[in-house]
Amino acid sequence: MSELITSDSTCQRAAAMVEEGRVNKALYSDPEIFEAELDQVFNNNWVFIGHESEVPEAGSFKTAFIGRQPVIMSRDRKMNVHVLQNRCRHRGATVCEGRKGKTKAFTCPYHGWGYGLDGSLRALPKPEEYEGVFNKEEMPLESLRWESYQGMVFATFNPNIMPLEEFLGGARKWIDLFMKQGGGYPVKVLGEHRFNFPGNWKIQLENTTDAYHFPIVHKSFVSSLDEATADIFDFLDGEGFVEDLGNGHSVMVMIPELVDLEADLDQPIPERFNELAQALRNEGKSEDEVKKLVRAAHGTGFNLNLFPNVSCSMAFFRVLRPVSVGETEIQHVALGGEGAPVAFNQKRMRLHEHFQGPMGFGTPDDGEAWERVQKGAMAGNDGWILVNRGQGKLRTSVDGNPQGAVCSETGMRGAYRQYKKVMAAGRSE
Amino acid sequence: MKSNTQLLAQVTEFLSYEADLLDHKSYQEWLNLWTDSGLYIVPTDLNETDYLNTLNLALDDADMRRMRIARLENGESVSANSVGSTVRMMSRVRILEGGDQLVIARCAQTLNELRHGKLVTYPANVEFHLKPVDGGFKIEQKVVKLLHADGFLRTVSFIF
Repeated sequence: MSELITSDSTCQRAAAMVEEGRVNKALYSDPEIFEAELDQVFNNNWVFIGHESEVPEAGSFKTAFIGRQPVIMSRDRKMNVHVLQNRCRHRGATVCEGRKGKTKAFTCPYHGWGYGLDGSLRALPKPEEYEGVFNKEEMPLESLRWESYQGMVFATFNPNIMPLEEFLGGARKWIDLFMKQGGGYPVKVLGEHRFNFPGNWKIQLENTTDAYHFPIVHKSFVSSLDEATADIFDFLDGEGFVEDLGNGHSVMVMIPELVDLEADLDQPIPERFNELAQALRNEGKSEDEVKKLVRAAHGTGFNLNLFPNVSCSMAFFRVLRPVSVGETEIQHVALGGEGAPVAFNQKRMRLHEHFQGPMGFGTPDDGEAWERVQKGAMAGNDGWILVNRGQGKLRTSVDGNPQGAVCSETGMRGAYRQYKKVMAAGRSE
Repeated sequence: MKSNTQLLAQVTEFLSYEADLLDHKSYQEWLNLWTDSGLYIVPTDLNETDYLNTLNLALDDADMRRMRIARLENGESVSANSVGSTVRMMSRVRILEGGDQLVIARCAQTLNELRHGKLVTYPANVEFHLKPVDGGFKIEQKVVKLLHADGFLRTVSFIF
């Protein structure tokens, strides 16, 4: 009972540390708050676990985490997707350790219980000792509720949560726009980069809606670009914006002319894409298709931040996983087109390698800044992190949402408002 | 198998020279070790050999190598400025193919990095495709197969 009271009060304490425009630095460093966040923010919410293209065939699977809890996304022989707890019903060992792959069954290595791709318990050695104890039908791998939108699969441990589409709300329009970057082909996962940093997960959550840092932290990346491309990334004085989409989601439009990749197809092909354009022509693509694919190869001009763990970030998914109060794992998931020309997907992967991942020209500098934030959070007994940039200059968007300048902290405030709400709800049992 | 100790000695000397340049940040000299078509590759998938059609941690042609070095040298990258130094140990050099046009060699490498006072270690198998030229070699391909390539790495602001 005392633990429950502690947990409830920790939730309330965390909620009280979020004020409009600032958050207390203890949110980055307090282990008790972190444990409460795992329950409230991750175990109790819709959490992104993967894209349907990652389990393309019958027998495909991938493993993922919701907070600390290992789960499996699988596709059965009837092509139905399942999200299962990665835990044998007998003595609790994980039944799948691979990152992804194909299998006929998930077999526990400890005593050999075998489960189907739908989670049903198919066979176990020497079953006669369970006669009169239980039937196999009673012991499938436990299923999670899951729903998907545009192929993005979200799962939850909370059976009573609102439908995914309602939760995504105003973000759906932007997911639709994001998925146009297949260039006329269905968006498909091409691979992923994985890295970690010694800092709290919310530092990453904030970063995806932080345009203000870009010209400072990523100066060396911008310097590595040709002049025309560097101009595109000089967006702080442009017409971009950050819009709070509700439920913790936000969109940061950095390059307005790349919001809709299927518009403005009559624009000339930028010089840096000449080689791709020629390769596509050589593959027999019409000039209209070439222009559509080249424009899609850019990726979109916006970051869509979905609370709590995924961002549709220009051309890729950025997925975060909280490991401990001071450590976070991040996946940068590269995207291309299913069945798209080889040259198109190659270009998408080369662009991804240029900026993303632990060896990209962007990520190491982000990581350095985040590590410094975590270190700095230990200074002093009390202190606040400011997220009030642009707070006094809000306008209303065409969709009726609060909107600020591209380098405002409107998106962070939206995320923290949702954080405060879910933490304040505490545990109700 | 007939051993070719002279070739092994030449290759070992070249690999040691390359490693020494990188640990001592003699990046411009390092750039000169490459053929124009050479590729520096750090894969994410150790079983994959079709690097162009796979996502890698790095796949650098001559332009990308030049830009990567510029980023490390121009003082604008906060992470590059934080790298103290690296020390790499190489051993187990083996010639896999010793032709007149192409020499393929493989070695073990452990790179140690000191950053913010913390020591990080990167064990790897490294494969070189070397083109014999003027009594020496140019690098046609270098593939760094990190032991934990598909794990969660720390960010990297140096050259393997």
